[in-house]
Amino acid sequence: MGAMVHVLAASPVPARSQMGSSLGFHIILACFGVAFAAVTMTAEWIGIKRGDAAALLLARRWSKVMAVLVAVGAVSGTVLSYEMGLLWPGLMGRFGAVIGLPFSVEGIFFFLEAIFVGVYLYGWQRLPPWVHWWSGMPIVVAGILGAISVVAANSWMNSPAGYTLSHGKITQVNPVAVYFNTSTPYETTHMLLAAYMVTGFLVAGVYAAGLLRGRRDRYHRLGFAIPFTIAGIAAPLQVMMGDVVARFISQNQPVKFAAMEYIPRTRRDAPEWLGGILIHGHVYFGAAIPAFDSMLVGFSPRTRVIGWDSVPADQRPPLPTLIHLSFDLMVGMGLFLFALAAWQGWWWWFHRRLLVTPWFLVPAALGGVAAVTAMEAGWVVTEVGRQPWIVYHVLLVSNAVTPAGGVSVTLWVVLVLYGVLTVVSIGVPMIMSRRWRRGVAAEEQAEQVPYGPSPADAGPAQGVPRASAGGPAA
Amino acid sequence: MSPSPEAIAVGVILFVVIAAYALFGGADFGGGIWDLLAGSVEHGAKPRWLIDEAITPVWEANHVWLIFVLVLLWTAFPTAFAAIMTALFVPLSLSLLGIVLRGVGFAFRHTAQRLRMEQLTGALFAASSLITPFFMGTVVGAVVTGQVPVHPAGNVLAAWTSPTAILTGFLFVAACAYVSAVFLVPEALQRGHQDLTHYFAVRATAAGLVTGALAGGTFAELSTSAPHVFTRLTGIALPLVAVSIAAGIAVLCMIWLRWYHPLGLRVVAAIAVAAVVWGWGLAQYPYLFPTSLLLAAGSAPTASLVTEFVVTGLAILLVAPGFVLLYLLQQRRVLTAAETDADLRMAADLEPAGVGQVAVAPPPFGARMTTALVLTMLAIRAIRDLFSARGRR
Repeated sequence: MGAMVHVLAASPVPARSQMGSSLGFHIILACFGVAFAAVTMTAEWIGIKRGDAAALLLARRWSKVMAVLVAVGAVSGTVLSYEMGLLWPGLMGRFGAVIGLPFSVEGIFFFLEAIFVGVYLYGWQRLPPWVHWWSGMPIVVAGILGAISVVAANSWMNSPAGYTLSHGKITQVNPVAVYFNTSTPYETTHMLLAAYMVTGFLVAGVYAAGLLRGRRDRYHRLGFAIPFTIAGIAAPLQVMMGDVVARFISQNQPVKFAAMEYIPRTRRDAPEWLGGILIHGHVYFGAAIPAFDSMLVGFSPRTRVIGWDSVPADQRPPLPTLIHLSFDLMVGMGLFLFALAAWQGWWWWFHRRLLVTPWFLVPAALGGVAAVTAMEAGWVVTEVGRQPWIVYHVLLVSNAVTPAGGVSVTLWVVLVLYGVLTVVSIGVPMIMSRRWRRGVAAEEQAEQVPYGPSPADAGPAQGVPRASAGGPAA
Repeated sequence: MSPSPEAIAVGVILFVVIAAYALFGGADFGGGIWDLLAGSVEHGAKPRWLIDEAITPVWEANHVWLIFVLVLLWTAFPTAFAAIMTALFVPLSLSLLGIVLRGVGFAFRHTAQRLRMEQLTGALFAASSLITPFFMGTVVGAVVTGQVPVHPAGNVLAAWTSPTAILTGFLFVAACAYVSAVFLVPEALQRGHQDLTHYFAVRATAAGLVTGALAGGTFAELSTSAPHVFTRLTGIALPLVAVSIAAGIAVLCMIWLRWYHPLGLRVVAAIAVAAVVWGWGLAQYPYLFPTSLLLAAGSAPTASLVTEFVVTGLAILLVAPGFVLLYLLQQRRVLTAAETDADLRMAADLEPAGVGQVAVAPPPFGARMTTALVLTMLAIRAIRDLFSARGRR
């Protein structure tokens, strides 16, 4: 065991695992930061436009959940900015002047987002309805632009551009070329749609569970319909976008694509593998559709698809089975969610009613889990598929990883902490919803969330220490 | 080789942001420290309540300052950033641990007031408020004394465990407590709590004296451990040091005279902290790491520096109006016409289920079948994943 730990410490595996788990956790919260405001504001819009109290109540409660999630996201985001340096000093020391640029731009939008979440929460009872609605708009815009900036940094690692290197030192930087590298449009669009799907399907799933338990009032039906509609619109777009992105990768990073699709040797009539495990160059337990991969890449079975034999063994991504199965999982989940959205859309089109049969609601309640699975699998594909490079064809992961010992310790600490953060980000909204269901109005009014007004200034002035409820250790 | 004006400009921005973090983040951490020292549950309820009231609206914004420092550092001075992050891996990880635990403690305390865990999270919040500033102090101490190698081969324990670094750590903790107590005095006064005003005035005085003593000790220590910085601190940066000392004394005088001018007290305390941070910046010039890494050698290409400059400008342009709006809203009374959550709930719950929708219990057979189906699918997927994992190895 001791020997194994030593081997692990010498390789970039613990650092990669730590970064992967941090990113994998943060990305879910980030989705809420990007897309939850739009969902909330749709509810508010319906509420104001139609004088619908249920929709307004939903919007107000969602805004509180949003605040909690953005707050936890800010903490895990801080962790990530530390980790960029703590784990990858070789990347930041060499390319910090380049990759730091999109991150700096993201900083502005995160700042804006945090402030306007505060404005939105404070504004509920202090601004006229439409003014309040518009005060949420900066959160939506900043969320989208911030996501584009961060993903642009990741795109740059896939398609490095916009710098001049001489004697191992960066001498010139073109910020625009860094930000808008070849991968940026594909990756950012794919991720933005994913954020809307994850948020929409997760929120809708909560209310689908409520509907399943027989809570069929307007509040629950709206709570399901609004996020489901938004995610349902994103789903078909995402399926199309995913197809475009895959074709782009087949051109831009053919070796990654080869691992995704099990193409060992460059060939025409490349088959499309569904599932399957690669052992010693053979695919077991998989189904192959002859020539279909070539069809997908170039719309003709004669299309040549590049295999991973095009590069030496030490430049191929490790674990092709993981990459391929993650890819299949992502595509499968995406299609499943698309089908779910289409089913509901069909029903709505012909019946103008919400489909509330359990046959639909049970998978819909799990839709959020499916969307998260798809997104995580997608990140596994793009990140593991880029290995052994941290900056594609420029810098190896092993040259970027920190020489400092102790990552195998911090990895476990991070895993435990993320367990705790997960409990916070699921537990706190759950406690809130239980409180809402209990139905004591004063409790809800007195609820305090990060960014939000304190109960004392939300209601009539109290100014008295809340000896029982407010005392921190009471 | 003298540094480019762009590098100096970004350096100035960096130290403005560091001062802001020292001030606002420091007050934030200090609040946690006073929370820790507030005593038993009943005894400490009142000061804890005030700390809570004062920190809640700002605690989140303080992460932004820190993230800004990190981003500026890695974009504008990547070599220094990488070296610090490698050599000081341990104290930085520990300070990060403090930040995360603080966030967790805070989030839970606020949203789950009924939770049994509240006492634990409160303790977590308070303890992490000690950890983070202390280890950040040791990091600064290590940088100032020039103990961080430009190309470290791994952890450098000696860098942050030197007497200067440890002293700086304690100095940071004391300074946080001091700033926080000074800020809390007018907070208590504005809320009309005479006893709390006195409570924090006493603590501000005590913390001020301790901070002064620790600062003196660190200063004396620097004369041997960081001669370059010491020479400049007693030379070109001396006015800033003097301003900081004078402001520190002025704050103590204001408290002794019970002249709790809300803005005056805060501004003078802010000057005391900011001046010493800028004094440190000026004293390090022209080095990123005193006498081993020059600013000119360690800064990014001009285009990156200019971008950072533009980004900062944009941030001020975009964020400032947002801040003003938020501030105005916080000052504004609740609109009487707006519905409270209770009104909304009444209206929403009174509304019958929509047209054509009758609330029926789901048919039990179908639901059970679906559940069984889904569970089976999940089981199959789990088995398949497990199997593939084994196949990979």
